[in-house]
Amino acid sequence: MNPSQSSIRKQNPMQHLVHGAIYVFIIAICIFTMFPFVWMFLSSLKPLSEIFGQGILPTNPSLDNFKRLFLETPALAALIRSFIIALTFTVFSVFFCALGGYGFAKFHFPGKSAMFAVMLGTMTIPFAVTLVPLFVMMRNVFHWIDTPWPLIVPGLANAFGIFFMRQYMVSVSDEMLDAARIDGASELQIFLRLVLPTTTPALASLGIIFFMGSWNNFLFPTIILRDPSNATLPVLIASLQGSAGRTPYDLIMAASVVSTIPMLIVFVLLQRYFYAGITAGSVKG
Amino acid sequence: MLSFQHGLNSSESETPLRNLEKPQPVAMSNDSTRLGLRQVSLGHRLWRGRWGLLFVAPFFLLFAVFSIYPILFSIWLSFHEWNGVPGRELAVGFENFRFALRDGLFWESMTNAALIFVLHLPLMLFLSLVLAVLLNQHFLKLQGLWRALIFLPHLTSMVAAGFTFRLILEKDSGFANAALGVLGISPIPWLDDVWWARISVALLLFWAWTGYQMVIFLSALQTIPPELNEAAMMDGANRIQIFWHITIPLLKPVIIFCFTVSVIGTFALYTETTILTGGGPIHATSTPTMEIFANAFLNLKYGYAAALSYIYFLIVVAATLIQLRFTNRGDS
Repeated sequence: MNPSQSSIRKQNPMQHLVHGAIYVFIIAICIFTMFPFVWMFLSSLKPLSEIFGQGILPTNPSLDNFKRLFLETPALAALIRSFIIALTFTVFSVFFCALGGYGFAKFHFPGKSAMFAVMLGTMTIPFAVTLVPLFVMMRNVFHWIDTPWPLIVPGLANAFGIFFMRQYMVSVSDEMLDAARIDGASELQIFLRLVLPTTTPALASLGIIFFMGSWNNFLFPTIILRDPSNATLPVLIASLQGSAGRTPYDLIMAASVVSTIPMLIVFVLLQRYFYAGITAGSVKG
Repeated sequence: MLSFQHGLNSSESETPLRNLEKPQPVAMSNDSTRLGLRQVSLGHRLWRGRWGLLFVAPFFLLFAVFSIYPILFSIWLSFHEWNGVPGRELAVGFENFRFALRDGLFWESMTNAALIFVLHLPLMLFLSLVLAVLLNQHFLKLQGLWRALIFLPHLTSMVAAGFTFRLILEKDSGFANAALGVLGISPIPWLDDVWWARISVALLLFWAWTGYQMVIFLSALQTIPPELNEAAMMDGANRIQIFWHITIPLLKPVIIFCFTVSVIGTFALYTETTILTGGGPIHATSTPTMEIFANAFLNLKYGYAAALSYIYFLIVVAATLIQLRFTNRGDS
């Protein structure tokens, strides 16, 4: 014990140097990760001519770009639409995933393992495979082009979400459920009043992942929302660049800030659930 | 009142049954098949499992319509030529697949994805591991802050990030070249050169995913008992030896997970490349998903796009399986 302790003490000046170097390294990485945010924010305060100039800070910071964004483009409608779609999708998909996850975790029924295996199998299939058939269904069968439904309904059947919720539901105590049954609660009551409240952290984690996915979704919305007046925020940002001439980075950067800030707020408020949701998927891997 | 009554009934009939049969399900089913009661017992089992089935039903109904059906429909489509007009489907056998084998643009997009993967993943995996180990050190202050700052890019819209990177990397007026100019380095054609464009895409992915991997590694590290490292220290191992010989082997399953997610993610790239480079210059950064998108929605060749999507899917699955076999063999 003694020799090792004294050797650590002897290393102290060396250790200070190493610790200092580690701080410098981590701060350098943070500057790298933060710089695009800073640049996005600074550019959104500059007029177009200055965005292409060499200065870092805006000479005359103004919210002019934001004013023009909301007055000249349907950005406000897109912002509200993105929010409603993301929220609706999140609430319903979390509920369905909780329902299904509970069914898989706590009940025995014929075909259960086959259903679960099929579900896990489809998780590896890339979106590109279902892209064309889904679009054809939305257009020819449901007539849902230029409506928000394709961005809400198909995603409700989320294999990852079922898998995620099942992991949590397994740990819900059987004794507690049986006690509720003996007390005369119906299965639906048990689910709504007992299971959902006890799994709130998991619901929050999954909800955040779903919200983020829907908020930032781009590929499917570009196919579905053809009319610019129906665009979600990412689709609107992409459509701002137009086909000819200089890219209007002033408006694009302002719109990017508008699309980034809500996620930042959600992150700051619910950081813990963010990390829990992100890491839960890797546990089984 | 009514639902309460119903609940009482169901719980009375359900609880004793569940408790009785749970320990011996195998014996039960054997008995019933021997007695030729299979059909009766299936109905019975369905009835007993009605609550589970009801809970799973909403999900599975949606899943059948919006996942299983499109997957099967896509297989059917891949053997047809179709421009999307109902009733104009034309069966063409393997023609789409035969054509795909000679489709230079498609194979180029597969190669691009592989190159972009090689350009960012090794460095990203290594750096995120190192960062996770560093953020796990007790002496480090403000751990939560560093973790948050490195993780933040992951939750940004890739449309917003893509445009920001494009602005920063612009050849003549972007900040990147201006900063390099101060150091005396001549301007780099970030988005206008075949290789630099791939590096730029790799850079964007590196920026967006390092924090994600770091958070996963960090949570895995926190499950390693500290006694293990202390014991190794006692035996005279230094920190770098511990990193290579203890930390990395213990994190192997999580590393494989991150690797696999990255393979699948890189081949599925769409938003990042569409916004940052538009797939250019001269198709150098076009990806399989972009090719499928273009064939379906610009050329209106739905059947061909479906065929491409299956070829791409099978290759990614094969690559993943080979990689898993390869990494597992190293174990034994």
